[in-house]
Amino acid sequence: MLRLDSVCKTFNLGTANEVRALANVTIQLAPGSFTVVIGTNGSGKSTLQGAISGAFDLDRGSITVDDADITRWPEHRRAHLIGRVFQDPFAGTAPGLTVAENLALASKRGKWRTLAPLLRGARRGEWKDLLAQIGLGLENRLDDPIGLLSGGQRQSITLLMATLTSPKVLLLDEHTAALDPRSAELVISLTTRLVAHSSATTVMVTHSMQQAATLGDRLIAMHRGKVYLDVSGVEKQHLTESELLALFSQMRRDDRFDDDACALVAAQYR
Amino acid sequence: MSLLIATLAIGLVFGVLALGIYLSFRVYQLPDITADGSFPLGAAITARLLGDGVDPVTATIAGMTGGALAGAITGAIHVHFKVNALLSGILVMTALYSVNLRIMGASNVPIKANTIFTPFEQGATAWFGQETTILGRSVPSSDLGLLLATTIVVGVAGILLVLFLKTELGAAMRATGDNARMLRALGTSTDRMTILGLALSNALVALSGSLFAQMQSFADAQMGIGVIVLGLASVILGQSLIGPVRSIALAVIGAVMGAVLFRLLVAIAIRMGLDANDLKLVTAVVVLAAIVGPTWLKSMGRKRGKHAPT
Repeated sequence: MLRLDSVCKTFNLGTANEVRALANVTIQLAPGSFTVVIGTNGSGKSTLQGAISGAFDLDRGSITVDDADITRWPEHRRAHLIGRVFQDPFAGTAPGLTVAENLALASKRGKWRTLAPLLRGARRGEWKDLLAQIGLGLENRLDDPIGLLSGGQRQSITLLMATLTSPKVLLLDEHTAALDPRSAELVISLTTRLVAHSSATTVMVTHSMQQAATLGDRLIAMHRGKVYLDVSGVEKQHLTESELLALFSQMRRDDRFDDDACALVAAQYR
Repeated sequence: MSLLIATLAIGLVFGVLALGIYLSFRVYQLPDITADGSFPLGAAITARLLGDGVDPVTATIAGMTGGALAGAITGAIHVHFKVNALLSGILVMTALYSVNLRIMGASNVPIKANTIFTPFEQGATAWFGQETTILGRSVPSSDLGLLLATTIVVGVAGILLVLFLKTELGAAMRATGDNARMLRALGTSTDRMTILGLALSNALVALSGSLFAQMQSFADAQMGIGVIVLGLASVILGQSLIGPVRSIALAVIGAVMGAVLFRLLVAIAIRMGLDANDLKLVTAVVVLAAIVGPTWLKSMGRKRGKHAPT
């Protein structure tokens, strides 16, 4: 279970560039659930992921995973609980290390790095099976430097690495946005399969309304640092792409007013 | 012949330096100028301890430990206070200049006691007599002992470094230089890895300094000037010798070969009349050419390509 309690974060406080990225956000995500987060640019959806992964300190509020309050934990300490895939397909793997070495580092996620040889007792057979699942012939490239692989291939491996140790939380930050359509499709189908087999509480940020409509069991739309819409269950299942697009234009209309005017007018017209 | 063997031995000592610079420059992509201070630090500590009657092995290890500490301080300044890595190195290097003078008590200290090389030199003399004939030329046997000793040291250091880089910890260090964000996401403190890596790098540099002082029978406060550039020259030269390989073992061998070759080239250049005072200038130019040259040549090729008929 992942719980955010009254989480606040303002960037560049007191300057012209002040941004209220997260304004008192409270969300509770059930264990093993798959939540899709959408939102306009600057809505706070990426900040939400940053808050969970520990990329910055919160101004206020707390974050708990199961019973552990991780609010004050540095990024690397949270990592044994949290698997991550980034938007940049090259950000999740070390190019100079081989595929096997990358997987081996991931298989010791959050543990002390010792003087034992990295690849001793490597579960190569198991890794080959996992890589074969991707369907790109990667099972024969365990000993190639991962820098030789394409963005789609590396992103698929990053996804495997993120789920290898069964983390409590899986964060996917627009992880298909930088890929070509075919690779994106491949990564999404791998995501669906891995998430279904995983017990991790998954949070996926996406720009794709199609992904938002078809994936996950809960949808959260962020706007101006707040939760604008939160649907789950049957309601989520029936949500369509066009409804989501309508939701977006509504958010944009709201955007033309300042906060007060918006509240005033919205009360009269809704 | 004697000159050749002595040159090879010194080249191998600089091979140990090249191992240290390989770690900071190639693994961490960080030219760590702390080396200019940790090289004479290793020499100073060893010279001082040998003067105090400490046995050579302990004195050498102590020099190495001093280097490790210096590197760790550079790393800590860099990661904890977010000071630019180069500046952190400059600060520590500058501070070490005074530290080295304090340790030695003078700017130049002769080493009169037995060194780590003495048993090898005596052994070779006992085995072969005063002089040996190699390829029809007579050489002092003690030089052969020196060559054997340096070969053993650089060999052991190189093998340990390669093995280390393939451990969990070593691979985490490589990943830190390669993609720090990924390693943090995998639950390892890249801060800790950086400090540890620079400590290890400077331990090797200080070991090289300690061996160099024992070979030359003196330690000097000025002996660190240009060490980083010398190390970079070795690493870059080594890389061009073995080409763009991805095996760590080959890269490490290349660095050592680069150091030896560079030393040979220097010896030849001086023999042919290069003023030793111009050496640092030449070294710097060579390193610049090696770094800039390939990209420059490529861009020249592209420009020419533009005008080619299509």
